[in-house]
Amino acid sequence: MKKPAAPGTTAAQDGVERVAATSLPLFEARVTENIEVAPGVCLLKYPRTHDFVPGQVVGIAVDRRIVPRYYSIASGKDEPFIDILYDVLPGGELTPLLSKLRSGDLLFVSPASGGFVDTVDPGWWIATGTGIAPFVSMAKSGLAGAKRLVHGSRTLAGFHFRKYFTNLLADRYTCCSSQEEAQGVFAGRLTEWLSRQSLPADQRYLLCGSAGMVVDVRDLLIGKGVPFKQVLSEIYF
Amino acid sequence: MKEPLFGKTLGQLRALAQELNEPAFVATQLARWLYKQGASDFDAMHNLPKRLRQILGERFEIGRREPERVSLSSDGTKKYLYPTAHARFVETAFIPEGERATLCLSTQVGCKMGCLFCMTGKQGFQGQLTSGEILSQYRSLPEFERITNIVYMGMGEPLDNLDAVLSSLEILTADWGFALSPRRITVSTVGIIPAMRSFLERTECHLAVSLHSPFDEERRRLMPVQNVYPLAEVLAALRMSPIARRRRISFEYIMFDDLNDSPRHAKELVRILSGLRCRVNLIRFHPIPGTPLQSSPDTTIVRFEQQLKGSGIMTTIRASRGQDIMAACGLLSTRALVGASNEVDY
Repeated sequence: MKKPAAPGTTAAQDGVERVAATSLPLFEARVTENIEVAPGVCLLKYPRTHDFVPGQVVGIAVDRRIVPRYYSIASGKDEPFIDILYDVLPGGELTPLLSKLRSGDLLFVSPASGGFVDTVDPGWWIATGTGIAPFVSMAKSGLAGAKRLVHGSRTLAGFHFRKYFTNLLADRYTCCSSQEEAQGVFAGRLTEWLSRQSLPADQRYLLCGSAGMVVDVRDLLIGKGVPFKQVLSEIYF
Repeated sequence: MKEPLFGKTLGQLRALAQELNEPAFVATQLARWLYKQGASDFDAMHNLPKRLRQILGERFEIGRREPERVSLSSDGTKKYLYPTAHARFVETAFIPEGERATLCLSTQVGCKMGCLFCMTGKQGFQGQLTSGEILSQYRSLPEFERITNIVYMGMGEPLDNLDAVLSSLEILTADWGFALSPRRITVSTVGIIPAMRSFLERTECHLAVSLHSPFDEERRRLMPVQNVYPLAEVLAALRMSPIARRRRISFEYIMFDDLNDSPRHAKELVRILSGLRCRVNLIRFHPIPGTPLQSSPDTTIVRFEQQLKGSGIMTTIRASRGQDIMAACGLLSTRALVGASNEVDY
């Protein structure tokens, strides 16, 4: 899942010198695995370089001269590898290069950072597409016991980790597809599904996905009486 | 579709001249026609050879966009609607006040930052503006010649569209462009640190950082960007950046009733801004549909201002302008003009 970008470069064809990378400390890592898990979506794996809190992000670059981009970690806090779930954006600066990496290739990664974190308390996780990544990390770290997970996607192929969450959460896991139908999948946007639910005002709601989803869901929650202080959002692009 | 020339930097025009096997001075001539003379077609560029004008006309368009609609506020503020690529639109506010006239530019169609208090954020993100689309809001404004100041505080997060914003600033401030003083231009940001560093290194324009709460958890609820670029790191980055004496760093602080307007907030604000040469702009909140937030009463805002001033922080209260036409701070939106389901990505 790609997080708020770290723009800071100017196209080389402009004849403008590329700006130096950020002061973000970068460490070398070797790719362990990089596989396509759905059309245009890949899962990258490399050995863990630092500890992290589930929900945090790491900066990733394939070249030290280019400003790294942030991605949510999708692995458990005690696992030996860092998993990164990412969309390959045609024409993007990083992901087309990232998708070409093979086992043993060099990668530059930062320590984990970020405040999108959770507790074991009852709450709701709401994601679209690769925005599921931080919740995978949280679930694999033992935080899913009292959670409900709602995952939205245009297509059925966008329900990454569906099998994992079906086994883990059973009826506390809901998939909503706005463009394709299937058994066990709500036909419609996740906002439609949420609007039909009774949503406790005293629980935390963690949202991760596009800006459009986050603002729509946040408005919906507030409209249903959830205090905005109970809503924590993570927007990617 | 022809490629627009309006919005290209001198470097880009030189590259174009080279590609067309034209001498380098042609680039300067083109820049002059585009930005000094305001040419609206190639035939007007009479000092270019006819053959070149023909080639340019076949491959390129001037590409300056004109406003399609204007709303007039009772306080004299005007809100213009500009078309952009893919049949999308942005809004631009023209705010006259005595001798001064400020233009508030948009840089994106919608915004990705999702700030709780912002109307633009409510429409999600539909696209980046090009440098030419940003500059069209300036050059095509009917009041173009009256503009004294430009603020990049309209729709979108400017530093999330860094390349186009830097190009537009270069054209606005260069001698071959509009030759405006960078001291008359302010760019706002929520605090995207790498881009903010680039902006500080590569321009001399003023910077305004949206702050809104000095407390981490509270700011996180108002501004999701806090998860990735916490305020403490934004301030640390500013402290590490060499900032020229005449360059202004300001912090925007919207006053929310019973949320961020207490003496405790003012005290913490003083603490975190300590040692930074800066000013704080206090802004009344302009309510948006469905918001749980309210603006602080004027008495509270004045008390907050006095507490900051009393602690040595230069503080101003920004006048609200254009609220009746939804042109005031945080109210710009073209959500009603966004296409239906194809714009929703979930």
